[in-house]
Amino acid sequence: MGGGHGSSVDRLHLAGDTIIHRLAPHVKIVATFAFVISVAISPRQRVEVFAVAFACVLTLIMVARIPLRVWLARCAVILPFMTMAVLVPFVGGGEQTEVLGVSLSTDGLWAAFNIAAKALIGASASIVLAATTPVTGLLEGFARLRVPRVLISIVAFMIRYLDLLVAQLGRMRTAMVARAHDPRWLWQAKPIASSAGALFVRSYERGERVHQAMLARGYTGVMPDLVEQSRPRSDWWAAIVVPAPVVAVLVLRLL
Amino acid sequence: MFDTPAIVAMHAPDGFLEPGVAVVTAVIAVVVTAIGLRRATDELGDRQVPLAGLAAAFIFAAQMFNFPVAAGTTGHLLGGALAAILLGPWVGSLIVTVVVVVQAVLFADGGLTALGYNTINMSIVTAFGGWAAFRLLRRVMPANSAGVVGATALAAGISVVLSSAAFSIEWLFGASAPVAFDTVFGAMVGVHALIGIGEGLISALVIAAVLAARPDLVAGAADLDLADLSRPARVGTRTFVIGAFLSTIVVAAVVSQFAVDNPDGLEKVAEDEGFISSARDHALDSSIFADYATSGVDNATVSLAVAGVAGVLITLAVGYGLLGASRLGRRTQGA
Repeated sequence: MGGGHGSSVDRLHLAGDTIIHRLAPHVKIVATFAFVISVAISPRQRVEVFAVAFACVLTLIMVARIPLRVWLARCAVILPFMTMAVLVPFVGGGEQTEVLGVSLSTDGLWAAFNIAAKALIGASASIVLAATTPVTGLLEGFARLRVPRVLISIVAFMIRYLDLLVAQLGRMRTAMVARAHDPRWLWQAKPIASSAGALFVRSYERGERVHQAMLARGYTGVMPDLVEQSRPRSDWWAAIVVPAPVVAVLVLRLL
Repeated sequence: MFDTPAIVAMHAPDGFLEPGVAVVTAVIAVVVTAIGLRRATDELGDRQVPLAGLAAAFIFAAQMFNFPVAAGTTGHLLGGALAAILLGPWVGSLIVTVVVVVQAVLFADGGLTALGYNTINMSIVTAFGGWAAFRLLRRVMPANSAGVVGATALAAGISVVLSSAAFSIEWLFGASAPVAFDTVFGAMVGVHALIGIGEGLISALVIAAVLAARPDLVAGAADLDLADLSRPARVGTRTFVIGAFLSTIVVAAVVSQFAVDNPDGLEKVAEDEGFISSARDHALDSSIFADYATSGVDNATVSLAVAGVAGVLITLAVGYGLLGASRLGRRTQGA
């Protein structure tokens, strides 16, 4: 769904000074993953687990003061799956249930609930993480979690140059539109693909120039450490508190 | 029609497949990415960070390139096979993986626990499957730029179908809904055969443009003489689209003969291993396409073929309708 990403990665972060904004990024990453994993492994019939998890996410959104409008708008990425979830009860097999005179698959209804609940809660958790942590913070957090430096540097470069490439793309589009380019069929796509080819060459050559510039500034193949902000403590309690209610309910119900 | 079905296969959310599949695919994805990182270091040296970073930004931006499909609707590139043909399969799959991970972590596009299978379907299978198909096709194509462009078109199209097949196989092991493998496989491969036409055409035209400007940047053409490559390849776009559409219909008619025999190969395996004890025939049994054999048509072969073709056309229509919904979603997303 690349088309909907907007251009600026930095816009994802909503500045704020709540307790969630202040947490160390690596702790937030661990907390988010622990929370999402505990939701993903919950059996579909345990409705109360999903209720608790959803309450947790809503609490986080409130505490982080993320506007509900922003949250809902960013949830739009899961809409295609919601469409699919709606279809499952109609095509699903097994025992049938009558709902408003329509025969629906019972397993299909559970599956639809399962997909919808997990997708919504999982996406919301990611949205809280991205909205309360600047991109540099996230990169630093993943570095502290022992993700290879090279990989993080590649991601950092990608994010740094993404806006530039998207702007270049926009200028190409403007130039085409200015020349009355208004394709409606697939076989008219050639100018667009040629622009994409040109964009690749320009990106690659930019990479070569950037590499030269880096060498000129003493690059030895290792990126300097990202600026580590001093944090008084590693607030590890957060990584336990966030997924705790879900895990607690899950364990209680399974016992 | 290109946007929505692509998402059905890809960018799957949390809990879309069972946890076991998520864990196994995550382990495979981590291992392949680790090897890819090492290979990228070998191939690019200290140029690795800026070049891979900018190539990843290109793939990210290329997925924003909307190209026309039919009657004003648009689709976008997925880019796995293209990245592999430009940069080799290891670097190619590495950078598409970077894009997939960033989309999940920053944009909530694809679940965090779904990263394993999303990475496999969207970057590893498309890059390596596309590369393998490309190398095979290069052997039967002429050793010039037209051969490279033609092989790219077919390989990129095939890579999308392979990706959908990979998803179907994962579904076989970890379905989260009572929809049979046959149904998923038929729908996914059918839809993606159509998506593959666009993917193949755009990838080929991109490669043609790069070959004309910097033929040395196409890893898939590294074995050819640069002077020959810079001569532009003539691509008959319209012929390609119509030809590809017709061959998709033919493939649907032919493949359906093999794919839908009950129980087919994979399902037989699953049945023997007891994987699909819960998979049942679906509720559309009474519909005219039940089990893909058209009732009222006596000849079994013709009947299956008609069902296969109708399947392609119906998926096309449904995808076209779903596009409207996804567009609505996109408009609100910018806020």
